[in-house]
Order: sequence, then structure tokens, then C-alpha cells
Amino acid sequence: MELLQSTNHAVIPDWMSAEHSMGTSIMAVSFDGGVVMGADSRTTTGSYIANRVSDKITPITSQIYCCRSGSAADTQAISDYVRYYTDQHTIELNQEPRVKTVASLFRELCYANKANLMAGIICAGYDDIEGGQVYNITLGGSLVKQPFSIGGSGSTYIYGYCDSKFREGMSRDECMEFVTNSLALAMSRDGSSGGVIRLVVIEKSGVTRHFVPGNKLPTFWDQ
Amino acid sequence: MSGIGTGYDLSTNTFSPDGRVFQIEYCSKAVENSGSAVGVRCKDGIVLAVEKIILSRMMIDSSLRRCHIVDTHACLAVAGLSADGRVLVDRAREEASQYKSIYGSPIPGHVLAERIANFVHMYSLYWFVRPFGCSIMLSVYGEKENPQLYVIEPSGVVYRYNACALGKGRQAGRTELEKLEFDKLTCREAVKELAKVIVVNCREEGKDKQYDLEMIWVCDESNKKAQMVPKSIVTEAHEYAKRVAESDDEMDDDDE
Repeated sequence: MELLQSTNHAVIPDWMSAEHSMGTSIMAVSFDGGVVMGADSRTTTGSYIANRVSDKITPITSQIYCCRSGSAADTQAISDYVRYYTDQHTIELNQEPRVKTVASLFRELCYANKANLMAGIICAGYDDIEGGQVYNITLGGSLVKQPFSIGGSGSTYIYGYCDSKFREGMSRDECMEFVTNSLALAMSRDGSSGGVIRLVVIEKSGVTRHFVPGNKLPTFWDQ
Repeated sequence: MSGIGTGYDLSTNTFSPDGRVFQIEYCSKAVENSGSAVGVRCKDGIVLAVEKIILSRMMIDSSLRRCHIVDTHACLAVAGLSADGRVLVDRAREEASQYKSIYGSPIPGHVLAERIANFVHMYSLYWFVRPFGCSIMLSVYGEKENPQLYVIEPSGVVYRYNACALGKGRQAGRTELEKLEFDKLTCREAVKELAKVIVVNCREEGKDKQYDLEMIWVCDESNKKAQMVPKSIVTEAHEYAKRVAESDDEMDDDDE
């Protein structure tokens, strides 16, 4: 990497060889019977947008997904490990794993390797024992269960908006609207977030994916 | 007894021509000769009871524990060599605590039972260790589970039961326990029933050896926490059982 930079400086600018980061705005909201997860779609290396349509919502089991923010490589590796450990656990358990268990596995990896990782993960899903749940695993490796959670660099711009708009007992569609509006606001202010909004709704009956194209994002006073 | 498996019983890693591992079968003998242990799965929990034979009048009767707590929601009782049992208790505790640490939830019953069984089984594979000379009655009642009772034998098999009896009085114990209605029985009632089964049915006639009843439960009454059954309840049940035993004796006398 460094060799290329010093000898071919004019050909390959430094921003093309920076680490892939997911600037990101991610979010998950639980409702009675499931969760709505949402994310933007921008992956950057420095200031170059390496992928403007990335999918940051990754399945771990058929009913438990995670939103990834931070280093793309780190979070992909972690979620691959968690999927592997969860598969093995499911065999021993002989039933679908709980969201709490998968979140706990994320925490184990993130905390034990905190010095070498940069990963902010929101793990959410549905299980028969506690219904829809959202767990946030922070950069340091702490695990906290929340009614809704926001993450990534874009989330800093929408804390106030989310705190004022969130209500207990929202319906599935109200949650989807809440996520869409919040992410649209984050994407419009954060340079590292943008592209399209991907939504994943997880319920007992199954998982549905929704898509809001970049030119159909909700608009606000300045657009 | 000698000559049963002549030649093929010297080591755990030898099969006999008819497909038996005699060392494992001899382990069961150690269990069969121990003090009786009975357990029953009720509608609101599980109760385990052990006939603790006291070897010396000078011994403090709270020592020589045969009932052990494994985790807040799980406990077990040992039948057979109690020192071997202690190793399994430590292993069970380790499994339960490690599971909670990694997966964030208390260990489910069937997972704990299988982990203990695999551990026990491992000691039947190698010539340089001897198998465990004890059976374990494991009771688990987790937050979102039904009450479960398992028995792990020295061979490493594990079965789930509604009720079980191990040790000297197991034949009589099983016959009596079969009469119970498990889905209607509460743990409070079960404490008395088990005391009666041990004192009346399992104990050999005319045995004067000093013994004590040790009971452990995990049930709704104990808030799903594994704990030794409170002394007052055990004493009351023991007195009840002794009264039943005496009245049975009187009835026998009358027949004569």
C-alpha cells in the first residue's frame, strides 16, 4: 500500500487506498411482533465512494439481522464469525436461537478484540420468547438493549429528532416511516452517508425487504 | 461377582465378545449400592431427595452433601461415589457459567444434561482414566422452560424422566413413584411423597443405620431458584413419613 503511494503518487491518489469505511447511518426500531431495521448505502475509502449501493443489513439467522457501521472489513469478518458460531449453537440448542444470544456473541467478539476492531453493530430480530428486540453493540464492546437504536457517523445528527419522534407502541408502518425519515435527515447532513435507504422488516411471519431510491427520499424544508 | 467378565473386564477400553464394556457395568454396581436417591418432576418444579447414610454419630449431619446447586435455575443429586460426584458438580457449574457468559442466557436443561453426559462418556473411552462411579439426577427449571428432570449414568447416557429412583431402593422406589400424577402434583406435596417413598419403601427392613434426608428443589415456590428445601419442611415431611412407616409396621403386626 505504502509502496504504491510513494512510487505512483500521481497515478493512484491516497484517498483510493484508504481503508474502506462505512460512514453510515444505521437504525433499528422494535415494535410489538418484530423490528424494522434501516441503513444508508454509502461505503467510502477516504472521500471516494467505493460503493454507493451497499447493503449494510446482514442476515445472521433467518430472523436475526445486524446493521453494520465502522470498518467494512471488520464488521464483515465479525458477522461471518457470529453466523458461524450461531449455526453451531443452533445445532446444540435444537431450536431457533434468541436475539439476545446472537447479540451476546457479537459482544464477546467486539469486547475481546476491541483493540484491533472498529465496529459499531446493531443486532435486531424476532424470537418467540421475547418478540422483537434491538441490541446495540458499541465500539468498546458494550451490549445494551434498547427500544430503538441509531448508529454510525450520521446518527449524531438525528439524536434530537429521534428522541422527539419516538413513541412506545408504534405500529409496523409507523416504525418504517420513522426509520425512513430519520435516515433521510442523517443522510442529508452527513457526508459519509447517502445513496439509498434499505429497510428490512422482521416479523414472526418472515422477513421483507424495502427500498427507497435516492431520488425518492423524504424531503425537508431545504430541498 | 468375580468371574463375570473374566479377561474382558480389566480395562475400560476393552469390549467383550458379546459387545459389553464390563468396567462401565461395574460402575453401575457402585451406584446400585449407594443410599437411595429419588426425584420427581411436578407441575411447578422438580424435587430431589436423597437418603444420606451417616457413617458416624460424631459426624456433623450437614456435611457429606449429596445435593448440589449448579446454577440459579439448576441443581443435582448424586447417587454412587460422592467424591466422583463432586467432579461432575464442578464440571456442571463450569458449563453453566461459561454458557451464560458467552450466550447471555442461562443454560437450557437439555444442553446442560448433554454436556454432562458427554463429559462422563469421555471417561469411558480411555484406559488411563477410570469412569465415574456415580449417577447424576439433574433438575433444571429455567425462566422460559418447563421443569425438566434428567438422569446421567456412568456410561454417559442421559434420559429425561418424570420421576426416577437410584441406589439401593430403586426398584421399590420406582414402583411407588409410578403411582404419582406428575401433572397435578405440586412440589410441596412432592416433598412429603418423596420422604415417604424413601422412608417406607426404599429403606431396607430392620436397618438401624443412622440416616438423614437431604432434599433440594427448584420450583415456583422458591421463585425458580435452586435451593435446599427449607429444614422445617423437610423435618415435617420426615416426621410424616416415619408415622406412615410406623403405622404400616403396626398393620403388619396386626396381621400376625
